[in-house]
Parts: sequence; structure tokens; C-alpha cells
Amino acid sequence: MFGLKEGEMIATREAYGKALVELGKKRKDVVVLDADLSKSTKTCFFAAEFPERFFDFGVAEANMMSAAAGLALSGKVAFASTFAVFATGRAFDQVRISIAYSDANVKVCASHSGVTVGEDGASHHALEDMALMRTLPNMRVVVPADAVETFKIIHEIADIYGPFYVRLTRPKVPVLPEHDFKLGEASVMRDGDDATIVATGIMVSKALEAAEQLARKGISTRVLNMHMVKPLDEKAVVKAAKETGYIVTAEDHSVIGGLGAAVSEHLGETHPTPIARVGTRDHFGISGKPEELLENFGMSTRHITKAVEELLH
Amino acid sequence: MQLNAELVKDLEKKARRLRKDIVEMTAEAGSGHPGGSLSAADIVAVLYFYQMRHKPENPEWPDRDKFVLSKGHAAPVLYAALAESGYFAVSELKSLRKLGSMLQGHPDRVKIPGVEISTGSLGQGLSASVGMALAAKLDKKDTRVYCLIGDGECEEGQIWEAAMSASHYNLDNLTAILDRNKLQIDGSTKEVMSIEPIADKWKAFGWHVTVIDGHDIRAIIKALNAKTPKGKPYIIIANTTKGKGVSFMEGVVDFHGKAPTREEASKALEELKCLD
Repeated sequence: MFGLKEGEMIATREAYGKALVELGKKRKDVVVLDADLSKSTKTCFFAAEFPERFFDFGVAEANMMSAAAGLALSGKVAFASTFAVFATGRAFDQVRISIAYSDANVKVCASHSGVTVGEDGASHHALEDMALMRTLPNMRVVVPADAVETFKIIHEIADIYGPFYVRLTRPKVPVLPEHDFKLGEASVMRDGDDATIVATGIMVSKALEAAEQLARKGISTRVLNMHMVKPLDEKAVVKAAKETGYIVTAEDHSVIGGLGAAVSEHLGETHPTPIARVGTRDHFGISGKPEELLENFGMSTRHITKAVEELLH
Repeated sequence: MQLNAELVKDLEKKARRLRKDIVEMTAEAGSGHPGGSLSAADIVAVLYFYQMRHKPENPEWPDRDKFVLSKGHAAPVLYAALAESGYFAVSELKSLRKLGSMLQGHPDRVKIPGVEISTGSLGQGLSASVGMALAAKLDKKDTRVYCLIGDGECEEGQIWEAAMSASHYNLDNLTAILDRNKLQIDGSTKEVMSIEPIADKWKAFGWHVTVIDGHDIRAIIKALNAKTPKGKPYIIIANTTKGKGVSFMEGVVDFHGKAPTREEASKALEELKCLD
């Protein structure tokens, strides 16, 4: 699909940039905004194709977010991009009032989320962006796991009115095995009955590797690809809890306020289940290579495997 | 520009109507921001009852001009103008700030017909206006976007981000009006955070600047319709008096965010009535 083969390595931000160009050809009402990072967020592809519909706001994220709302409230579908730390942290108030409270048709699409940003270090590792966006009424939070999902998500949300936060990543990730995709519904990437790993974004491929390792040890693990963190596919989570008994969440984000929190909150209220959360704890990131950082912070494949095993014993 | 004396008189009366509404609704609510609403009443009256192309019966009319209240705390003057224009019943004004009312403490786009964007966190309205002006250019529409900002609001960094982008994108379809009433919550702008030389600042950011008396209807009309340089955003710095129109509220910093008591309101309405 989309000319991409399973296992091919492509960053979701790259796919985002290409999806925008396709979308721009299809819809004349699509406008794209960036804050001096178009070469990194990959909105530069759209800028090259449709310069009249691309607006660089320079290093001024707050202004960009409110201006995106102004464009959206004038009938445009506005895609506003920058790094996740700036989109959600620096411009939080603008996303809150101009976009979410005004219910403006703005898609905040942020690249460079999580510790997998790598060498740039703590100032550039958004580990709280999902938490911030989840708390905003009217805001939906989507995290594509690979390039194919990114294409689908970008095209679909353009047709749905209202604010979205799309969390993209810097490093290349493998194209996942072909799977059913319905916006808002968790994809069952692999079935199992002993435990379930609920993963999002860049951690989905890690979760699949972990499930493979666990299978060799005789543990049958279900893997849910939770591309929509808000609203959460609560049905799939409860079903997994009931059928497999144990839940491990995996995200490149703080366990405070992100996917692990969303899953725990819902299960805590409706179906208390033993749960372990893989993600950063209460700390900032540090410089290093993406894979080194996942290892350092206890978020690598082997850590997910260990989390499942410890939960079962 | 020759202005009909009757037209000017009528607009002065309309501005007084807005002032009465502001006094009545904030007194009824027991809270709100009368000072900066009263200072902007003449400007808003000219915009809604003379200047802007708009259809109260069809707030989403695509060819309308747009008004953004960036200084969102002056919601009473906007609500009064919307009600008196016919966007909703004037009787609705009494529900300001009450539970279940659409008239929230600060403008809410989703709830209130005629409000272009929700505001209340300062600085954001001018940026949103930049977005609206960009959209109009893209659609080749002759829409004009009017944005009312406060002088205290000019202390927000976002105002200057917006100012920079408006001139960068040559938004000559954007008119900002600065309600220069010289007071903010903690005191005078001079004491709290100096913004002068404010006209020079806007000029330095690439805007065409005019300074007027913001209570002179003729001057407001003249400024709004002045021929301005192509490719430049335009700001009218309107020198005003906070609390204008009510003797005991004029220049009194306390009335920034304090409603008049019932007694004060009656006195204020009496004063305003005498001018009719």
C-alpha cells in the first residue's frame, strides 16, 4: 500500500510531509503553517509544491497557532507544524484558547516527540506533549505508528472538523505488517491470551518484537496498536483486560499523563487490572542516540518483554 | 471627508446606548470589566453601526468584514454592540456571566453568534486576525479585519510576533485599533510597564500608524477610511479615557475589573441619559 513495503524504514514526519502534498492536490482549502522548522517537520515538501498556501511564521510558535486558528475560522483546514515541545509547551495557551476553546479546524502536527529525538537532549524531548493535549476539551490525540498509518490519518482528519494533535517522530521506523486500520479503533497487530501490550507510535514495532520474544518463551501476547490516545479505544482496552488479564503499556513519553495513564485511568474505574507502564518516569531526557536512550530509560524491546514477564510472575 | 452632522449625532447616541448597556449588564452581573469597555464604546459603535459590512441575521455571511476583540475582557462592549445590531436580543445582556448564559465572562465563539474567535488570554486576537487577513488574501476577498487591542496588552510578546508577521505578509487588509486608555489592572501603563514610544514601535514593525482622539466620532470614521499605503498593515492609536462617559469612573483604575454597584449604576445611567 502507498508503494511502501513491510519493514521499509521511513520516519512518520517524512510520511506526513508527503501526505500533505497529496492532500494539497486534492483539497484547495488546505493551508500549512510552520515556525522555521519546515525542513525538519517536512512541511517543506508542501511549501515547494504550494508556496501560496504555505506560511512560515518564523521562530514564533504562539503567533503561528493563533494565526492557524484565524485561517481555520475563515474556512481553511490548517495544518500547523513545529517540534512537539514547542507546539504543545511553548504555545500551550494559544492551542488552548485560539484552537481548542474556539473549536477551530486546526490540525497541530508535531514532529520530534519523545526521547527518540536523540542528541538534542532534554530541551527537545517532548515527554509531556500527549499529557498536555489530552487535557484539552475538543482536542483529539493521534499517534501514527508507521508511514502507512500517517498517510491514512492525515487524509482522514482533514475530512473531520475540529482540532487534532498528531504526534510524529524524528527517526525512521519500519512499515508495520499490513493491518486493519479504522481511525479511533485500536488495531490488533497480533493476538494472544496471556497478556496484552498496548503500544503507541514508535513503540508499536518494539511491542511486536517483544511479543515475538515472549512467544519463544511460551507467553502468548496480544499487541494493540493504539494510534488514538484520545479518545481512547476503551472497548479494546477492557476487552484485552478481560481476555488476557494483564496489561503493559508502551510509549515514548512520560508514564504521567500519556497512554499508560489513559489506559490505567480507564481500567482503574471500570475493570481494575494488573498493569505495568513502559515509558519515561518522572525525569527529563538526556543526549544520546535514540536506541541508546530507549535502552537507558528502560524502554527498549527487552524492557517491554521484562515488564510482561514480571507482571505475570 | 464630509460627514453628515446627523450621522455623527446618531453614532454618538449609539455609543451612549452601548455605554448604558455596559453599565447595566456589569451591575447586574456584579462583576466584569466596565472601564476598558467604556473607553472603547465610540470605536466599537462606529465599527458596528457604520463601518463594517455585516449581517446580524446571518453571522456567518462569507463576505462580511470581521471584528476581533483581542482585549477579551472588554466583552461587555462587544456584547452590547452585537445585541444592539440584532445578533441576539438586547434582553440577553442581563444574563452576562450567569450560569447557563451564552454570554461568558470573555468572548466565546462557540456559544455567541457574531463572535469570530474566543479571546480572553491577551495577545492572541491579533495573531488570529493575521490568520483571517491571510485567508482573505488567499481567497481574493476584500474582507477587512478589524482588531481591537489594549495598551496593557501591548506588553504581551505575542502582540509583537503578530505585528511582525502582519507586515511580513503585507496585510493591508488588517486594521488594528489600540484602545490607549493608559490604565491596566495594577495601575497606569507608565507605572506598571512602559509601552512608550508606542507609535514608534508600531512604525518600526512596519505598520502605518495614525494617532487620534478615540472619543471623537468624526476622527474615528476619518481614520478608519483613510487611504493607507499599499502592502502595510494599519494601526489607529486611539487615545481614550478609561471609564469614559461616567464621571466617577473616568480615569479610575479600580473600574478596570470592578462592576458598579446598583447605586453607582443608577447614577451612571442618569448621567448618560442627560446627554441624550
